[in-house]
Amino acid sequence: MAQERVVGIVGYGSYIPRHRIKVEEIAKVWGMDPETIKRGLQLYEKSVPTPDQDVITMSVEAARRAVKRAGIDPKKIGAVYVGSESHPYAVKPTGTTVAEALGATPDIHTADMEFACKAGSEGMFVCYGLVKAGLIEYGLGIGADTSQGAPGDALEYSASAGAAAFLFGNGDVLATVDFTYSYMTDTPDFWRREHSFYPSHGGRFTGDPAYFKHILGCGRALLEMSRMKPSDFAHCVFHQPNGKFPMRVAKMLGFTEEQNKTGWLTPWLGNTYSGSSPMGLTAILDISKPGDKIFMVSYGSGAGSDGFIYTVTEHIKGKPELAPKTRPQLDENKFYIDYGTYAKFRGKILKAG
Amino acid sequence: MMSSITARYWREIPQRYRGEASKSKKTGKTYFPPRLVEPKNGNRQFEPVKLDYEGNLITYTVIRVAPAGFEDQGAYALGIVELPGGARITAQIADCPLSDVKIGMKVRVVFRKIRDEGHEGIHCYGYKVVPA
Repeated sequence: MAQERVVGIVGYGSYIPRHRIKVEEIAKVWGMDPETIKRGLQLYEKSVPTPDQDVITMSVEAARRAVKRAGIDPKKIGAVYVGSESHPYAVKPTGTTVAEALGATPDIHTADMEFACKAGSEGMFVCYGLVKAGLIEYGLGIGADTSQGAPGDALEYSASAGAAAFLFGNGDVLATVDFTYSYMTDTPDFWRREHSFYPSHGGRFTGDPAYFKHILGCGRALLEMSRMKPSDFAHCVFHQPNGKFPMRVAKMLGFTEEQNKTGWLTPWLGNTYSGSSPMGLTAILDISKPGDKIFMVSYGSGAGSDGFIYTVTEHIKGKPELAPKTRPQLDENKFYIDYGTYAKFRGKILKAG
Repeated sequence: MMSSITARYWREIPQRYRGEASKSKKTGKTYFPPRLVEPKNGNRQFEPVKLDYEGNLITYTVIRVAPAGFEDQGAYALGIVELPGGARITAQIADCPLSDVKIGMKVRVVFRKIRDEGHEGIHCYGYKVVPA
């Protein structure tokens, strides 16, 4: 019998732009009460990309950090999958630019994923599968977004920017992938039609029949197939459209606030869409210890969830220090901007001429 | 439609995306952008090297009336940065208020979008520097 390949994460990296806008600043413009939003959605501020940053630039930065932590030759990367709903081009791949910037071309397979907020975990799942099948030595799965909320819409308080990259391989993995499970149905809770600038959503319909149904469906199946219980895990991380939903879904599955808090970044980061739960996973890996088990379930509208169970190995030691950690990127060196600057940065207002 | 800058940008991908430079096999000097012929001695023997991504700001200027394609970027700083090995690059200084730009400051090279070619052309990516 062939020896089973130990497949998992060999390197990871995150990137968060330095600019932030506070909930108060957005609420002021639209005549809303910031305290209601902060209390109701558990959101305080969000990251904002400068005009020279997009999904490609953030993916490159996160991927370079993942490669640095893995300490591998980029030429050995056999696949790059970038998951996003804000790819800079309608037609022309994000992945080729990222692969070129890493120096991983031309012996590589790339594809761009799109599945609302789940596209990042899709790339991770495919890389894991390809490495496990022995088709590639290393695969890079990236979740990145510079998502937009329509002016005045509830999403404007959350839609933010960031990227998380994971390099999958076998051998000296810093976290093994022990189980995966995915759960999908056709659920129209959030969408953007072609040529529309901003997405539309089903308001409260995005809750129970969408976010909660899929994460619970995926999470419960994952627990059942692994024969594990929530108390077996050091950390859990879920998709984070706001601060409130991931805390509530964690509790519904039987996890504690303590298990969920390390990867819970949205109150200060906003929703990085395809980067959301992957970004939480980077924050967890930054502080995790050998033997820690991690439970992750993403969610993408439309709708579906990808679930993973990881076990951190001895090879994690010293890796977090090799590149910028996620939490310091979130907490330090911030620039706060006003709504006018934000509107310019996000292309909501344009210079005449 | 093929635009005027598409092919040029494509040709410069190795240097713009990955900081690929050329190191003279005769004098050991690193040239960026890469050269085919070394000035003064006519040497044509080079080996490709990758620039280190941390260096010092040698000098800078503030562009207040930006050229075409950069009009939206307002006042921005453009600096000359010396990298280990002696190569110097000219780059925009991003993520830094103009009042904080100082000669001698440590900077790091990052991957950014330099400009868009109008509303329908390509996005032009390359390097900028940010405070290290």
